[in-house]
Amino acid sequence: MSTRLLLGDEALAQGAIDAGLSGAFGYPGTPSTEITEYVQRSPEARSGAVRSHWTANEKTAVETALGMCYAGKRAMASMKHVGLNVAADPFINAAISGTNGGLLINVADDPSMHSSQNEQDSRLYTEIALVPCIEPANQQEAYDVPAYAFDFSERHRIPVLVRLTTRLAHSRAPVTLGSKRPQNELSAPTDRERFILLPSNARRSYDRLIRQQRDFLRESEASPFNRLVEGTDTSLGVIACGIAYNYVLEVTGGAPRFPVLKVGQYPLPLAAVERLLAQCSEILVLEEGYPYVESKLLGSPPRPSPVIRGRLSGDVPRTGELSPQSVASALGFPELQGLPASGAPVSRPPALCPGCPHADTCRVLNDALATRRETGRVFSDIGCYTLGALPPYGAIDTCIEMGASITMAKGASDAGLRPAIALIGDSTFAHSGMTGLLDCVNENSDVTIVIVDNSTVAMTGGQTSSAERRLVAICEGIGVQPAHLRVIEPLPGRHAENVAILEEEISHAGPSVIIARRECIQTLKRGSRRPADKGGGK
Amino acid sequence: MKRDIILAGVGGQGLLSIAAVLGDAALGLGLHLRQCEVHGMAQRGGVVQSHIRYSDVPLYSDLVREGTADLILSLEPMESLRYLPFLRPDGALVTNSVPVKNIPDYPDLDCILGEIRRLPRHRIVDAAVVAEQAGSPQCANLVVLGAATPFLGLAEDSLEAGIRSVFAGKDPRIVETNLRGFHLGVEAARRAS
Repeated sequence: MSTRLLLGDEALAQGAIDAGLSGAFGYPGTPSTEITEYVQRSPEARSGAVRSHWTANEKTAVETALGMCYAGKRAMASMKHVGLNVAADPFINAAISGTNGGLLINVADDPSMHSSQNEQDSRLYTEIALVPCIEPANQQEAYDVPAYAFDFSERHRIPVLVRLTTRLAHSRAPVTLGSKRPQNELSAPTDRERFILLPSNARRSYDRLIRQQRDFLRESEASPFNRLVEGTDTSLGVIACGIAYNYVLEVTGGAPRFPVLKVGQYPLPLAAVERLLAQCSEILVLEEGYPYVESKLLGSPPRPSPVIRGRLSGDVPRTGELSPQSVASALGFPELQGLPASGAPVSRPPALCPGCPHADTCRVLNDALATRRETGRVFSDIGCYTLGALPPYGAIDTCIEMGASITMAKGASDAGLRPAIALIGDSTFAHSGMTGLLDCVNENSDVTIVIVDNSTVAMTGGQTSSAERRLVAICEGIGVQPAHLRVIEPLPGRHAENVAILEEEISHAGPSVIIARRECIQTLKRGSRRPADKGGGK
Repeated sequence: MKRDIILAGVGGQGLLSIAAVLGDAALGLGLHLRQCEVHGMAQRGGVVQSHIRYSDVPLYSDLVREGTADLILSLEPMESLRYLPFLRPDGALVTNSVPVKNIPDYPDLDCILGEIRRLPRHRIVDAAVVAEQAGSPQCANLVVLGAATPFLGLAEDSLEAGIRSVFAGKDPRIVETNLRGFHLGVEAARRAS
């Protein structure tokens, strides 16, 4: 047995490889990117024994993984929490069809929104899909989960959602590796109706899924990731989900005096919960993300006793990730005084790198729009160029989710707001901008779409963009008129020329696309983009 | 033996390399280890921090608890002051004196250095000058690591082994420059103390 220093993301990836993984698919997104990257760098992927590539988006990742598991193999798709919104359709319907080989959907939530636009909690998606969820508490468990979860998935023919949160995804600890299991043989399912979700089949499958809920609960009661640790002081009982368990152990020196139910697998192990509730007069729920378990225990109307405390009661902050100090204070431990805070540091927001091509494009946008700012708006998207919102640029007006730039610009233009400009990156365009462009072409919408093509997925560290070198052909194929499909090079020396081109296309009363193409300064400095990767990021 | 350390700096300064060296050195000694870092959007020229913890008894939390850090090790003076509530009252602060002024409202540097000098235990090192002596401005991060050695609880040769291991894939000249920077940092701190 060997020990390696691994991020939670990497431990999960290594655990999957050792559990007989055949394919890993995903779209880059913080804090999940390192799961798929780790698989891609592994000897197993390099030799071709494991398939791993960046897909165009999270939906295609889950569908590809579903297809691979249909063929009897073990497969997984990895994404950040908001990526599951994009992949919700295949995720929820794969629970109805069920799986053949094992299927894991790995989702990294980002409480505190370190690099995200919301802090949605993926555990709630498992309620819609009616699938089990496993939430490792530490890096060793992250390694141990895939072997267990693939077996579970194959035993019950159900996808399993593995939930990580930022701190586990991006923290390193020594991990002891176990034995390696061979990959599954190719074996297509013989019960073909199961995968044809015509209503008559789907109703049957849905009934089966409902009946399975009891089996999932039984599995949770016996899961190695759920554990009731008895304590001597029953004035308080703690339910600690995922990494919250580490904080409880940390602030109690590894030996809490009150009983603690460690939760790492859902549905909630109800028998253990009942045991805890029966012996304690107060319950504190510690969980990353939404007050998911807390709401369940509270009930509606709230049960009179025991008293349930957590995020809803205000004992733990309602938003943001947990920390050792927030857990210590919820447990009633006194604050440890550090040095007084200094008033000197001012905020230092992230910024576009010196020499970044997006900076030049932002200046072009600002100058072209200078006299049109009253009504003109720039609908932007997810990527480094979102930083164009900050000083000194102030170049963009919106950033909602992947692909929303083009379609929001179209809707605003339909409403009469002009000029309506969309600003979107090359990989975000490939992820979910192309369909919106088709809408614009079909309706001859008066929008000007600027695709900032830095030929990489920059924000997540430089993965290869899935539409690389094909943007012009894609736009032509979708039906953009060649006269209004322009390519510019965003360089300071070409500023005036670029402003003139943008102004021309703004005055064209139909869809125009301007591709602002110059390589990311970071990948340029490194001398090469990562050749093994495929795909786009956020 | 147990150390809770906050690493502070600005994106692109090589903070995570220092974390990797400390992690490698601690792991080489068979210590328990937790190290967390920031990825994604925050890295683009913004604030970067990492928590690293090593100990001969088991550790549970990936994050350092406020009021318990033994050391703040910073590659930038203003950033070193951002995390004071994490520092134990008798904790140490080691920082580079060279500012990264990529914001319009960077405070007066003398005020910042003055505030650092008023702390009970501190070391300030001009990592740019020392890195220049070592042969490359790129090794400023290891200069600051060297300057922090008295507070790390790890022997110099363990840290040296960590540097060799973390930069093993690089040009051997880079490894030598980094080692030189580290040792000059150790000496600079010795003179300053």
